[in-house]
Order: sequence, then C-alpha cells, then structure tokens
Amino acid sequence: MRKKLIEFRNVSFRYGDEEPWVLKNCSFEVYENEWLAIIGHNGSGKSTIAKLMNGLLFPQEGEIIINGQQVTEETIWDVRKDVGMVFQNPDNQFVGTTVQDDVAFGMENRGFPREEMIKRIEQNLTAVGMQDYRLTEPHRLSGGQKQRVAIASVLAVSPKVLILDEATAMLDPKGRQEIMRTVSNVRAEHALSLITITHDLREVVQAERVIVMNSGEIWDEAIPREIFSKKDALREIGLDVPFVAILTDELKKTGMTITNEPLNQEELLEDLWTLHLRT
Amino acid sequence: MDITFENVNYIYQQGTPFAHKAIKDLSFHIPSGSFVAIIGHTGSGKSTLIQHLNGLVHPSAGTVTIGNYRLTNDEKPKNMKELRSKVGVVFQYPEHQLFEETVEKDIAFGPENFGVSKEEIAKRIQEIIPAVGLSGEMLKRSPFDLSGGQMRRVAIAGVLAIKPDVLVLDEPTAGLDPRGQKEIMNMFKELHKKEGLTTVLVTHSMEDAVQYADHVIILNKGTKYMEGRPEDVLTQQEALNKVQLDVPEAVQFLLNFEKRFGIKIPFQRQTTEEIARDVHRYLQGGGENE
Repeated sequence: MRKKLIEFRNVSFRYGDEEPWVLKNCSFEVYENEWLAIIGHNGSGKSTIAKLMNGLLFPQEGEIIINGQQVTEETIWDVRKDVGMVFQNPDNQFVGTTVQDDVAFGMENRGFPREEMIKRIEQNLTAVGMQDYRLTEPHRLSGGQKQRVAIASVLAVSPKVLILDEATAMLDPKGRQEIMRTVSNVRAEHALSLITITHDLREVVQAERVIVMNSGEIWDEAIPREIFSKKDALREIGLDVPFVAILTDELKKTGMTITNEPLNQEELLEDLWTLHLRT
Repeated sequence: MDITFENVNYIYQQGTPFAHKAIKDLSFHIPSGSFVAIIGHTGSGKSTLIQHLNGLVHPSAGTVTIGNYRLTNDEKPKNMKELRSKVGVVFQYPEHQLFEETVEKDIAFGPENFGVSKEEIAKRIQEIIPAVGLSGEMLKRSPFDLSGGQMRRVAIAGVLAIKPDVLVLDEPTAGLDPRGQKEIMNMFKELHKKEGLTTVLVTHSMEDAVQYADHVIILNKGTKYMEGRPEDVLTQQEALNKVQLDVPEAVQFLLNFEKRFGIKIPFQRQTTEEIARDVHRYLQGGGENE
C-alpha cells in the first residue's frame, strides 16, 4: 500500500463565525507519488482545500495531517517545506527581477548554500524547459512561461507535494498545454505527489484519481473514467463535460454500442473501429 | 456601425530604441450587426486592435473608420467622447475596475459621464440588471462583497448602461467556471440580437468562435492571417497549427474520423448530436440513407 502523505479528517472551515461553511466535514487522503485532481465550480471549496494544506488557513473543525504532522501554527513552517503551491495569476507570484532570481528566492529563504542553489536553478529550469531564460526579466515572458518558472521555483526546494491551484486558468490554450506537458515530464523524473485544482474536465484525464467538490462537500471520488460517465450529474453541479464524453453519449443514443467510457478521441475511434466497421 | 481598418499600422514607443510594431498593414471590414470573433495567440495584436475601436490609441499609419468617425495618425474626431459613448469595451478582468461604494453607483458611472439624465440611468439599470443575471437587491450592496462572477456581471452592466452600438469583448469569460462562461456568452448573444449590436469578441476559444460568431478574423504577428466564415476558416488545421492555434474539438474529431475510416463528414457547425447521427449513418446505415 502506498504511504499517506496528506490526510483530511472531518475538516470544516468558514471565514467567520457568522459566515456560511465553505467546507463541510471533508475527509480524504492523498498518497505519495499520486496525481490527484480536485474539480468543482467557483465557490465549491476547492481552493480552500489548497489553502488549508499549507497553513494559509486553519480549519475550525477536524484536523489535517501532512507527512505525519498535524498542521498547526507551530508546524506550518515544516509543512510548507513539504507543500509547494502555484496559484492562478502568473503576475502575482513573480518575486525576482530575473528568472534565476525568482527560482533562487525560496532557496535563499531556507538558507541553501550558493553552490547548491546554482545547481538546483539549472536542474529545475531545465525540468520546465526554461533553461535558456535564466537572465530574462519576468515582463518579457508569456503567461505560460511565467507559470513554468513558478513551478521551477517551487520544485527547487524539493517539496513532497506540488499543488497547482487553477494554474492554467489565465493562460491561452498553448500556455495550458505547456503546463500540462511540463507537469507530466516533472512527474516522470521526480518522486512527487501532484494535486491539480481546476474546473476544466479535460485537465483531469491524466490524473489517477479525481475528487469532485460541490458546495463545500466531497461529491464524488473516483478514477477519471468513472467521473466522465456521470455527465448529467456533472452538468447539474455546474461543470462542463468534455466533447468526447458528450459525443459518446450521443452515439449511444443512436443505438451504437460503445464499451468503454472513452477518455479521448483516440479511444473513441478505436472503439468505433473494432465494434462498428463494416467489412 | 460598420468598422473598417485600412492598412493600419501601430507602433509602440515609436522613435525610441524600444519601438515595437504591434499591428502591420491590417485591413478588414466588419459590417454593422455582425458578431465577429478575433482570434490569435498571446502577442498577436488582438488587444492593440481593440484599443483602436474607441480611440484609446490612434493608428501610426492607415485609417480606422467606425461609423462616421475616422481615426488616422494626424486626425482624430473632435467628438471623441461621442465615439466612446457608442463603442463599449469590456476589457479583460473588468471587475478589477470596479471602484464605487455600491453596485448601482458603479453601473451609473459611465452613463453619468456621458451626460445621461438620472431618470434615464435609473430606467436603464432596471433593464440591465436582469439581463446580466443580477438581482435588484444587489444594487445597494458594495460590489466588493460579491463573488467573482457577480463582480464581472456588474462591470459588464456598467458598459451596457452607456447603450453602445458596438460592443467589444476582450476575453469576457476568462477565469470563470464553465457554467458562468456559458451564461455570460449566452447573455451577449441575446443582447446582440435584441439590441442589434455589432459585437467584436476577442477570444482564445475556438469553441466560442464556432458557436457565437458569424465571421472570424485570425491574427498573427499583428497582421491578418485568415478571415471568413467559422466553418471555412476554423476547419483548416494545417494553417491554424502554423500560428499555434488549433481547430475546435468537433472539427478535430471529424478529421481524425476521416483519417481512421476514410470517410469525410463535412463540418457545417453541426451540434454534437448531429455529428453522432452522421457517424451512425456512415458506419451503420448500410447505405440506404445516402
């Protein structure tokens, strides 16, 4: 069995005593080296989960255990070594005046020796495909490039889990692809848990497990293929169903058999090929 | 109002070492009443283009004509304010521009500046609030107490309150969740029809272009790369890929289908349901339907 890295035990959270609960009695686990996607509409509680994971917020009820340690005021600095986050707006998280300064920032705060910093800047910028931009100023980068630098900066301090909180929402399609590709590459090389928070269902296809949030509660927890089969229900809670899933449904309505729930066009065409080709 | 660009060039920081040509020899014509999508990857000149539409920038060379207003390098209309009351621009993340104490005051700010009477503004607000999906009780609240999606609607209401003839939308749904995106786009489609607007939509989304626009202009490196009906332009995969764009998913499927089965189903902006029926007919119809 894989080791538990993050555990939420009956966690509830609200912003004030008079405010409504944003998270209601949530319990779930994240394992080592796992890719977990959390999806949900705006205000479903998914970003609150992220902020609770590295102690930007604390729950009123329940507890959060990260790498064997409960998240409290006393432990947040330890916890933050393990939990790295990249947020939505590429312009709000660049602190350095050049790309390499930005990557160095986190390491400087943790007192890394200079030699180690130089090595890690090189390694991590290469991992995100930004090694040629070491001396570039942030305003000369595209949104996708800025987010890749943000990922490199987080990875430089070797966290155990990387959280991307709608990190692609403000990017153009090309920027989104860059980030998703970067993330797959990084995971192929590092032992790292990945939590991607998004409302784009197309981005969950690569994840191993999906948690669907709705109005502060865990609505479902399953593998992507299973999630994709619940189209009408997903639509009801404000999520968009990918084209392939809709087309599969429509094909079934015409009376065609499709055995698997295809995750992408290749799988759907393969099914059509084996099941329906007239010879 | 008709919009015409004739050989328009725009250079940022002209005459300095940082001079940068953002728009090059751009010409196109948008007839009054069209719903046009302007598409291009980041840095293709989309935002510079729309800043010409209400005179925020002037062409460095060439002519921009909007209705009866003409903009050239050395000539600007004396009645610029009038132009701006006819061309409403919803910029990216317009909620960042909210500033008033209440939703009502924020929406009223634009028309007040254009000298619209208090009674008329009150009347317009009553019409606009339901159209953008807000409720009347929100008018007295601070816009900063609203959710992101509601703030976006307030900002849009502020632009609609000037009753523009031309509505320019710069990625109006960025950052919203899927339901919010759909609601806002459908709202614009409704307004476009009901008010007889000329709508210019800047977007990254090929899906939105196919669904809402009747004409598309593709920009690349500041100049026009392609132009035409969505079903003609957005099906040209090779040409689009060259400028880092891609066809809509439905078109992609039809192309993949053709590759796999050797059967060509033409794209005519079918719904997903219609595509399924086409596929069914070709694979199982036994020919009797053809």
